[in-house]
Amino acid sequence: MDALILARWQFAITTVYHFFFVPLSIGLALIVAIMETIYVRTGNPLYKTMTKFWGKLLVINFAIGVATGIVQEFQFGMNWSDYSRFVGDIFGAPLAIEALMAFFLESTFLGLWLFGWEKLTKLQHLVSIWLLAIGSTISSFWILAANSFMHQPVGYVINNGRAEMESFSALLTNGHLWVQWPHTMFAAISTAAFFVLGISAYHLRRPLADEAKELFRRSFQIGTLIGIVSTLGVVLAGHAQSQYIIKVQPMKMAAAEALWESEDPAALSLFTVASEAEQRDLFAIKIPGMLSFLTFNRFEGEVRGIKDLQAESEATYGPGNYIPSVFLNYWSFRGMVGAGTLMLGLAAMALYMLARDKIQSPRMLALLVPALGLPYLANATGWIFTEMGRQPWIVYGVLRTEDAVSPTVSTGMVLITLIGFTLVYLVLMAATAYLMLKYATRVPGETATVHAG
Amino acid sequence: MDLNILWFILITVLFVGFFILEGFDYGVGILLPFLGKNDTERRVIINTIGPVWDGNEVWLLTAGGAIFAAFPHWYATLFSGFYMALFLLLLGLIVRAVAFEYRSKDENPRWRMVWDWAIFFGSAVPALLWGVAIANMVYGVKIDAEMNYVGTFFDLLNPYALLGGLASFTLFTLHGAVYLDLKTTDALRERAMKMTLRVGPVATVIVVAFIIATYFFTDAIEHLGVDPGFVPMASLLSLFGAAYFVNTKRLGWGFVMTSLNIGLSVITIFMLLFPRVLVSNLNPEWSLTIYNASSSPKTLTIMSFVALIFLPIVLGYQAWSYWVFRHRVSIKSELTY
Repeated sequence: MDALILARWQFAITTVYHFFFVPLSIGLALIVAIMETIYVRTGNPLYKTMTKFWGKLLVINFAIGVATGIVQEFQFGMNWSDYSRFVGDIFGAPLAIEALMAFFLESTFLGLWLFGWEKLTKLQHLVSIWLLAIGSTISSFWILAANSFMHQPVGYVINNGRAEMESFSALLTNGHLWVQWPHTMFAAISTAAFFVLGISAYHLRRPLADEAKELFRRSFQIGTLIGIVSTLGVVLAGHAQSQYIIKVQPMKMAAAEALWESEDPAALSLFTVASEAEQRDLFAIKIPGMLSFLTFNRFEGEVRGIKDLQAESEATYGPGNYIPSVFLNYWSFRGMVGAGTLMLGLAAMALYMLARDKIQSPRMLALLVPALGLPYLANATGWIFTEMGRQPWIVYGVLRTEDAVSPTVSTGMVLITLIGFTLVYLVLMAATAYLMLKYATRVPGETATVHAG
Repeated sequence: MDLNILWFILITVLFVGFFILEGFDYGVGILLPFLGKNDTERRVIINTIGPVWDGNEVWLLTAGGAIFAAFPHWYATLFSGFYMALFLLLLGLIVRAVAFEYRSKDENPRWRMVWDWAIFFGSAVPALLWGVAIANMVYGVKIDAEMNYVGTFFDLLNPYALLGGLASFTLFTLHGAVYLDLKTTDALRERAMKMTLRVGPVATVIVVAFIIATYFFTDAIEHLGVDPGFVPMASLLSLFGAAYFVNTKRLGWGFVMTSLNIGLSVITIFMLLFPRVLVSNLNPEWSLTIYNASSSPKTLTIMSFVALIFLPIVLGYQAWSYWVFRHRVSIKSELTY
């Protein structure tokens, strides 16, 4: 174990953990804002109860997302100081802008929303939740603008031994950003939609008082409508993104498909067991021509394979291993796509339940409860795929991960912080899960049971 | 004035805002176990900062982002160099943030007690470490020719820096106590006022000791002269002003004075640094400055526009939020946290 490996583990753990909460915060802020809008427009108190019920889960989730986000802001400097020096001229700007434009907005208006039920007018209160939702959307834009630079560096020149900004607008019009941001936003919204669907389904399966039943029935409707749109969006945006990545990071997609040799037409792997050392499949089920079809919208066209891309990279960047972990890319990609496809099917099922008035169907409701976990699987595997698929680069084609780590931070120090963050995160995860369960399963309107001292 | 200087000033402004605002949050967190005699009182204490603490903390995130954007080498050296200190600080901030939100969401007294201590340590540790970190920035640390910090964690715990830590800790505690005087009622307020009178002299003595130590341990005299000028003097005067107003029970003015003292102290420290951002005590040539640590003129230009447009907007809505929550919190108030 060296500092590099540990620093990478630390980044992976803190980031995946952080992003475990972020999508729900973004999506649920939007859904709660929509619920409160209905309340303000109709004056129906049911929607106020609904807003408060889902709002409580939102703030529990938001708190842990904010807390784990603090680390994100500083760990580039802590563990990746050479990276920070090399790209700071470009990478720092979106981070600072994110704080200035989004974090202030989110934190201030979350406070106003949470504490302002009695102090603000209805309209001011409604505007607060919308500003929270807008703030978290702005935040996602700037952090992905920064991340997209790592995947597709644009608008820079190498000067004074570092990457310096040549065009700020290039950073904002980066093609990678404009496929990644919609995909991520739709993913966030679909996470929240499945969250609402899953918890509503849980309640609808139980005997409920009329008012509570109505609340969850309508929550289910909102979750379904937002769910079908966002899941469709995430799949379509994801498809566009894959086609784009094949052009700008062909190695990532080749690894995702375990495509060793260039093929024309290229087959899509459904299930592959491969030997990475020997660079060949041991066992594979494939659909002929399908990968070409997904890439070019027709059943022909060359998709380049790992071996050719490795040779190309060596010709461009010198000798070295330019192949990311095929196992990890292949399975994380399949985890993401598989979960996303299931979500699309389940969202369609929820729509069917609404259209055919089968909202009480216990078997279909039972499917939607565990489905709550699917977006979490997709979100985590999606990020593992996109970041691992870029290796060995930290900035694609420009800076290698091994050259980015802090030179003066010792292995022992990274190990201590890795253990420290992980343990604290585990404890916080347990506390979050406990509160989420407690408040998600509580029927709104029922008086809380008071535990005696 | 060039953009490097502008950004040095902007980062100073961000830290001034951060320490004034988060300063009383830390103080409130530190005082929580000592002033709240029962659960309701502890809830009142937390609710005095409930709507605003998160927005206050964003001043730090923005300062961090601004250092990264405007002075990447400062960001890289500072955070990789002050590694373990930053780790402890982050742990504190993480558990504290979660604690505010989770503490009152379960009735179990042990659950609440654990989170109350998380708030205490999550406030106390950063309050102490900030002083240690800032003192080290002016004291000088082992920075080599490659801009890397080559000292150890324990090098950061020198007597001068520890005194700085005590100074920030006591000053924030005082600031928080005065804030509670203004935001609470009845018995809790009485207790907060007594606490203010007890913390005040301690903070004053330690801060004055730190100022004197600064003449001996840093290049303050070379840099600012024996008479350091208006800002540092005003900083000291505001500390005595705070003592005067607290003793005469004019607590609004007392809070203005502790705020002024914190703000002016931060400005003094940055004046002491200027034009350096991190002082190397191995070789003055190796210090990081606003020129050798900075981003390109292009990045600084873009960031200047962004900051000058958005900072006033932020100030506007944060001020509005303080206006909305201007009233005192009592045990009869509806308590969100």
